[in-house]
Amino acid sequence: MNKFKDIKKIIVEKPLKLDCGQTINNYPLAYETYGKLNSDRSNAIMIFHALTGDQFASGINPITKKDGWWNYALGPGKAIDTDKYFVIASNVIGGCMGSFGPSDINPDTKKPYGTNFPVITINDMVNAQYNLLDYFKIEKLFSVIGGSMGGMQVLQFVSNFPNKALTAIPIACTASHSAQNIALNELGRQSIMADRNWQDGFYEEQNKQPDKGLAVARMAAHITYLSKAGLQEKFGRKLQERDDLKFSFDADFQIESYLRYQGSVFVDRFDANSYLYITRAMDYFDLTKKFGGNLSKAFEKSDTKFFIISFTSDWLYPTSENRDIVIALNAIGKNVGFVEISSDKGHDSFLLDVPDFLNTVKYFLNTSYKQIK
Amino acid sequence: MKKEFYNIAKLVTQNSKILDVGCGNGELMKYITENISKDIRGIELSKSNIQKCVEKGLTVIEGNAEKDLRQFPDSSFDFVILSQTLQAFLDPENVLNELLRIGKKAIVSIPNFGHWKVRLHLLLKGTMPVTKNLPNEWYNTPNLHMCTIKDFENYCKERDIKINIKNLKFHNFFSELGIFILEK
Repeated sequence: MNKFKDIKKIIVEKPLKLDCGQTINNYPLAYETYGKLNSDRSNAIMIFHALTGDQFASGINPITKKDGWWNYALGPGKAIDTDKYFVIASNVIGGCMGSFGPSDINPDTKKPYGTNFPVITINDMVNAQYNLLDYFKIEKLFSVIGGSMGGMQVLQFVSNFPNKALTAIPIACTASHSAQNIALNELGRQSIMADRNWQDGFYEEQNKQPDKGLAVARMAAHITYLSKAGLQEKFGRKLQERDDLKFSFDADFQIESYLRYQGSVFVDRFDANSYLYITRAMDYFDLTKKFGGNLSKAFEKSDTKFFIISFTSDWLYPTSENRDIVIALNAIGKNVGFVEISSDKGHDSFLLDVPDFLNTVKYFLNTSYKQIK
Repeated sequence: MKKEFYNIAKLVTQNSKILDVGCGNGELMKYITENISKDIRGIELSKSNIQKCVEKGLTVIEGNAEKDLRQFPDSSFDFVILSQTLQAFLDPENVLNELLRIGKKAIVSIPNFGHWKVRLHLLLKGTMPVTKNLPNEWYNTPNLHMCTIKDFENYCKERDIKINIKNLKFHNFFSELGIFILEK
């Protein structure tokens, strides 16, 4: 855990009862902030990361030395303008960037938790992150924003804490994880578990890493973040540094080489068990369950103003699932805007330079902010 | 802003809850937000128009009035506005029913096919009328169900839809546009 010693974190003393029944306390929650909190503490935004994200949304991630995952959207003068807003991002519990996760040392055994780590849910993640509001003494957030699993956290946050966010922007997400998405996550998990080095999840104490399994999981998932049209346009049938097919199982095609590369760099920054735990949390996500299948009821007590965004080529969290959230909110007369942005970049659109998307976020935030000032 | 929009804006009351169906680039919504009521949102089909609404900081829902009005509960708005789009729907009767269900009042404007210029155009030229309010040719017009002010009044009468106010200082012959407040 030494590599995380210089990053910001709070130790949450308050016990958190997890959905699985276990209670945790004194657990670390790693976070990063961008911008300055104003004097009346009214400009705070909490952003939530997706499956493989972390608290380092903007600038350079000090651990991986790579660009933050939301550099296009977050920063000075950008859609989420850090000259104007104070942005809090934290690493979800179950993650591997300093928050309480399966590679933490279990004080009872003095060994990493591995698969003895409790199964966590989106609800648990959000409840843990809520402690940052107390830490920063923020009575009400100006906005909660997130894409993909981050969007699920936005929905869960508003449902759990109906009057703690003035506005909410769930992006490219769903209120209930679909069978297709559970299937795709299971594919990734089985790939990790099929790697001999996984060792039932106790690979760290044996100094092993299920890199191959994790890389394949990432390759499969990466395809789901793109669109057919986008892939065809970028790669087509182009060959990788060769004039003709080699009649072997080398990466003849650029797309193969690209995916192999994506898999190989991923294992350097992500923990296999975290991948299992976080995908599980996504699969368990069904905001309607507690409300007898009626999503509207999840938001009944909220006065949060929503803006929901989906992308035309996103087949992982398609417009129809985003629209279901809009319908649920309209059915109870809540304030909600919705746009489907044209983009051929698939689910990943929310992370990329998609001007209509970035403008939408920017204008919605700026107008809403003017209304409270 | 179009004169029609000023006339529509005059019909909504202060701080009422309003839905603008087919809100276009948000011009009317912006005017109402700034001058009459902030509690207004729009539904729009065209992505480029939606971006224009977003840039104006308006609440807009991307959607199709023919199928997306059903998500709103009964009487959820004080006013539902439909400006010059009724004639372009596949099923205008259904849309009107929905407007009257979700709105306590519906403000509907229609281009009047009974206007004297339209009548004269057809009479003299023998071709489909092209006017300021009906700028398209027959082969590219989005208007599927043209009617006259008189047709619309008859329609409402047959269905016991109350016409509360019409803007019409003119009538079927002299108005290019009919603006009505309807109530069920």
